[in-house]
Amino acid sequence: MLVVFLFLAAGRVFAQDHGDAIVTGSIGDARTLVPILASDTSSSEITGMIFNGLVKYDKNINLVGDLAERWDIEDGGLTIIFHLRKNVSWQDGHPFTARDVEYTYYKLIDPAVRTPYSGDFERVKSLQVLDDHTVKVTYGEPFSPGLSSWGMPIMPRHILEKEDLNKTDFSRHPVGTGPYVFKSWKTQEKIELVANKNYFEGEPYISRYIYRVIPDESTLFLELQTEGVDSTGLSPLQYLRQTDTPFLKERYRKFRLPSFGFTYLGYNLNNEKFKDIRVRQALNYAVDKGEIVRIVLLGLGRPSTGPFVPDSWAYNKDVESSQYDPEKAKDLLKEAGWQDLDNDGILEKGGARFEFTIITNQGNEERLKSAQIIQRRLKEVGVNVKIKVLEWSVFLSEYIDKRKFDTVLLGWALARDPDCFDIFHSSKTKEGEFNFVGYSNAQVDKLLDEGRRTFDQQERAGIYRKIHELIYADQPYMFLFVGESLSILHRRFQGVEPAPIGIGYNFIKWYVPSSKQKYKK
Amino acid sequence: MIAYILKRLLGIIPMLIGITLISFLVIHLAPGKPTTIQQALNPKVSLEVRDRLEKLYGLDKPLPVQYFNWLNRFIRFDFGRSFADDRPVTEKILERIPLTLVINIISLFLIFLLAIPIGVKSAVRPGGLFDKSSTAFVFIFFALPGFWLALILMNWLGVQLRLLPVSGIKSLDFEYLGFWGKLMDQAWHLVLPIFVSCVGGLAGLSRYMRQNMMEALEQPYIYTARAKGLSENKVVYKHALRNALLPVVTILGLSIPGLLGGSVIFESLFALPGIGRLFYEAVMMRDYPLIMAELVIGAALTLLGSLMADIGYACVDPRIRYKKQ
Repeated sequence: MLVVFLFLAAGRVFAQDHGDAIVTGSIGDARTLVPILASDTSSSEITGMIFNGLVKYDKNINLVGDLAERWDIEDGGLTIIFHLRKNVSWQDGHPFTARDVEYTYYKLIDPAVRTPYSGDFERVKSLQVLDDHTVKVTYGEPFSPGLSSWGMPIMPRHILEKEDLNKTDFSRHPVGTGPYVFKSWKTQEKIELVANKNYFEGEPYISRYIYRVIPDESTLFLELQTEGVDSTGLSPLQYLRQTDTPFLKERYRKFRLPSFGFTYLGYNLNNEKFKDIRVRQALNYAVDKGEIVRIVLLGLGRPSTGPFVPDSWAYNKDVESSQYDPEKAKDLLKEAGWQDLDNDGILEKGGARFEFTIITNQGNEERLKSAQIIQRRLKEVGVNVKIKVLEWSVFLSEYIDKRKFDTVLLGWALARDPDCFDIFHSSKTKEGEFNFVGYSNAQVDKLLDEGRRTFDQQERAGIYRKIHELIYADQPYMFLFVGESLSILHRRFQGVEPAPIGIGYNFIKWYVPSSKQKYKK
Repeated sequence: MIAYILKRLLGIIPMLIGITLISFLVIHLAPGKPTTIQQALNPKVSLEVRDRLEKLYGLDKPLPVQYFNWLNRFIRFDFGRSFADDRPVTEKILERIPLTLVINIISLFLIFLLAIPIGVKSAVRPGGLFDKSSTAFVFIFFALPGFWLALILMNWLGVQLRLLPVSGIKSLDFEYLGFWGKLMDQAWHLVLPIFVSCVGGLAGLSRYMRQNMMEALEQPYIYTARAKGLSENKVVYKHALRNALLPVVTILGLSIPGLLGGSVIFESLFALPGIGRLFYEAVMMRDYPLIMAELVIGAALTLLGSLMADIGYACVDPRIRYKKQ
């Protein structure tokens, strides 16, 4: 039996040919390839291929070593000691050492560097290089999300030491430790990377990675039909209907995986109407989330109940989405003093009609449609809703930051770590901060603090599941849905194994049998 | 003549500064800051960090100070660095100019090449078969939404017939091609974008030409020409056409600022890295230095264009030249 397995395994290895290229279609171009300055998805996608962090997430969303072989957590979480890999070199041949980690850290906390990521690193009290391959990080107080922040790409000290990171040419000619080496970047056209022959986990099979910028979604879709791009993201409509042609079915494979983000309706809790929890519960009963998923996402998603990735260890499966129950909603509203006295179909209390506005940002059809469904369902229980769609920057600076809204329909992208301190802690309600709904619950505050101090995943799971339960009971948000990340990939790529984290995690193991290779050069 | 040109050129300077002041005020009237948009709703980016970024970009200073800092750099032809990626604004604009310029010059050339004969031919026999059919033809293309036409052609010629590339300006194996191969490859990619940007422009100019030509043909000197027995060809193409072409010189001069203007819609549809999208993205991101640079370039070219139109007019029309002297 063992022999057979070995034989099979060996057979598979032989079939994995090097060569070919993958062409990824993207709507946006990268902005900078200095990883600690990159804040948009395109830039991060490219820097993710060129650089490594000390840690990374594996296919099941657990933290594992990347440039760090392993790490020890000491002093109850105050100290993390990273043991770095010894056989790693930069793509220019220079050896990778602890000094590079030190350099990256100092740049992250340098006030003159325009990095948006300094927050997590300012909690580090000191960073000491113990030897060439050992780094000791000490925190002022235990900070468990800090561990995952070391997934930040590490930059080469020997190249950048004398450079001004904000202005360096490195942003268009990066050198990293990662599986792909930067080759060229034609602004708004394409970025090309080639396989790193000396990558510490082995040379990737696919020789070239081409990131094509096609800013228009319809064009991107037409390119798919001429095999001009090998992979790209899809909308639910494209996934279900438009990609069902024999041509695309024969040549492409589609993937649907849970997305790391959720959409919600946030209440301004400083608004008198929404201070009463019965009102928020009533509105939650009055809206059918399943219906929103069916109509807006064409069924490709599910109702959500909390701010965590479904199926992750932090997600509390016992919190159930309330059933759609308009009668119960009406009862609760009546209990809260809202009644339709003049029979115009709209509830009143103290002479004021129950009316409010949902604001959302322009250019997101899913959000607008969800708002419209909510509008209709709330009308049925006697609440009059108006919808206002605003340009993104106006939306943020004039409405969200200044708290000038009744309710807001928005989404949060979720990090792999469940820490949601910035969104729900009562200390984060200042102008420009992210608890803009003004949520405050002493117990949740305490648990959020505790979650940040605890390193043991089992223990943290307990904390975040409790937070999940408390927040759902408080309803600062009407949690609507979690979508799916939909994508399409040419069938000639082999070795693709979808996992909770997505499909890209084992990209360096993907290959195209030489008989099917398309780009020979 | 030279004194006149110098005087006009000097006059441009205060006008340009006035334009920059108004532009600066207007773009700052739009709500939203570059820092909020860049780091929008990323819970990893704290309030302190955003305040610090604002300081680093100099956005915490009062508006007049910001304007004078800008003006001070501008006088030394320094447009500053883009907020989006910290690259010099000049570099970002220069790398986009060749493509935009090539497309616009070829389109402009083709538009003139086609529209003038269409206009002339229509004017010679107004209401005739050619006049009617060409009018219908140019107006149909004028009325078709450009983006729709582009998509239909991309789908038909690109996807179904596989005759032309759908988008982009180069094939992926471009760098492995020889010189002629590269040239052909780029030409091949530009067929659709240029076709689409031309057809919409035909209507305006051909109608204008037709009108000029009809007016010219009514002039007394045409009767004289005919009366002295010149052939109809000579009458139309030598006497009438030359006069009818004069106003076209003005249009040519006024087209100069347009040469560096791109269209966001075409560029997005055809995935072309042109000026239009650069400007559009700069506006959406409140990338002030880049917006200002583009506005200044646009204003300067408009002012220069109208100057050149005047000069050009004087050159081709002796009557104006003599009047000035």
